[in-house]
Amino acid sequence: MENKNNIKVHVSHLKKNFGHLEVIKDISTDVYEGEVVVILGPSGSGKSTFLRCLNRLEESTSGEIIVDGNKINDKKADINKIRENIGMVFQHFNLFNNLNVIENLTLAPTQLKKLSKEKAVEEAMHMLKKVGLEEKAYAFPAQLSGGQKQRVAIARSLCMHPDIMLFDEPTSALDPEMVGEVLQVMRDLAADGMTMLIVSHEIGFAREVADRVIFIDNGYIIEEGTPQEVIMNPKEPRAIDFFNKVL
Amino acid sequence: MIQLISDYSKLLLTAMGHTLVMALYSLVFASFIGLLFGMLSVLNSKVCKIIARVFVDIIRGVPMIVLAFFVYFGIPYAFKNMLNIRFTFTSLQAGIICLSLNCGAYMAEIIRAGIQSVDKGQMEAARSLGMPYWRSMKKVVLPQAIRTMIPSIINQFIITLKDTSILSVIGFPELVNTAKSVISVTHQSFQIWIIVGFMYLVIITLLSRLAKRLERRLNRSSGEQK
Repeated sequence: MENKNNIKVHVSHLKKNFGHLEVIKDISTDVYEGEVVVILGPSGSGKSTFLRCLNRLEESTSGEIIVDGNKINDKKADINKIRENIGMVFQHFNLFNNLNVIENLTLAPTQLKKLSKEKAVEEAMHMLKKVGLEEKAYAFPAQLSGGQKQRVAIARSLCMHPDIMLFDEPTSALDPEMVGEVLQVMRDLAADGMTMLIVSHEIGFAREVADRVIFIDNGYIIEEGTPQEVIMNPKEPRAIDFFNKVL
Repeated sequence: MIQLISDYSKLLLTAMGHTLVMALYSLVFASFIGLLFGMLSVLNSKVCKIIARVFVDIIRGVPMIVLAFFVYFGIPYAFKNMLNIRFTFTSLQAGIICLSLNCGAYMAEIIRAGIQSVDKGQMEAARSLGMPYWRSMKKVVLPQAIRTMIPSIINQFIITLKDTSILSVIGFPELVNTAKSVISVTHQSFQIWIIVGFMYLVIITLLSRLAKRLERRLNRSSGEQK
């Protein structure tokens, strides 16, 4: 599915410190168009920070990040323009609490793409249908279940037609019976050819959907490869220990 | 008492008017001052934060009566002595400056706390979609912050209305000052202070009722969540 000639995300020697704490020590990797990469690792290993560096929600300390040909940490980069192209889904959904579902979906397109209200609503309804929530268009976030909120959040990102989607532990805050509906939406997205980077603890999902799995520990990538290689046959002791515990 | 009211009602109502005029001007200016310094203190800049911090600390750390004397007597004196410029504030101007600064500092704290009470994820989600900082602030963060601020803002406005009485010390003919003059003529201090107290009570009760109604309306129009 992926096109090896088309690098979507290029990361080389990324480093990120919080004060004296080195969270990411040295990470380099490339992500190709249409590729689904799942990032695994123990908590506190730096996986979420890595993801947040990719759209500069965290300012990286050093190293190079190029997304779609744009240098992310270049001070002159128009980060807002670049972010329009990188969707992000958060652990805690972060739906705009002051707006209803349809307003959540249409805010950015009407503000940034100068879409007319009607056109934006039409498109938003289409995206809601995709995640199976068109009947919730006029509900407020507080009236939705966790799984519904996360599906709305995914639809909100899709309304900007991003090339790349980042998922920061999208199912970690959900009740177990709601995990499935969110994973199904992500599965559909992957099948549509979306380039996806997913920080997750869903090992089963990673095995099924990922083209590649990255295992991060202590600020480094210590294993990288197909799900078969990394999850079923890890070589590094820390990775072996991790998968022994979670599988 | 009836005689007293019929004799002095016009005078006392005019004084009440003065009190309201001073409070109203001060509230308008204080809102701008509060918004300015409240915003400065949430910006991602050390310098801005320090400027806001210092302003709030100074105003909060000085009693308003001292501030009033400083503005009304101190500043014109300094201009005359050091720059040889003669000017004076009217007591209304000095009063408005004091109340605006005082109320503004407290408003800044209310606005800062209101903005910080909104979950950081709200701003991050807006930014991750590509929305610039100020637009995210205006469309997502502030509407949520204002809802939590409203009760404190109303409270602060009521305090400011009552604080106009402190400005009687610089001779502005507001309610307390006028009451004192009336007492110096009639010597009926018990009755006059009851009347004056009652006037404040009525005005403030009316205003807080109005504010409650406004608060309810704002809550309704921003959705039925929570």
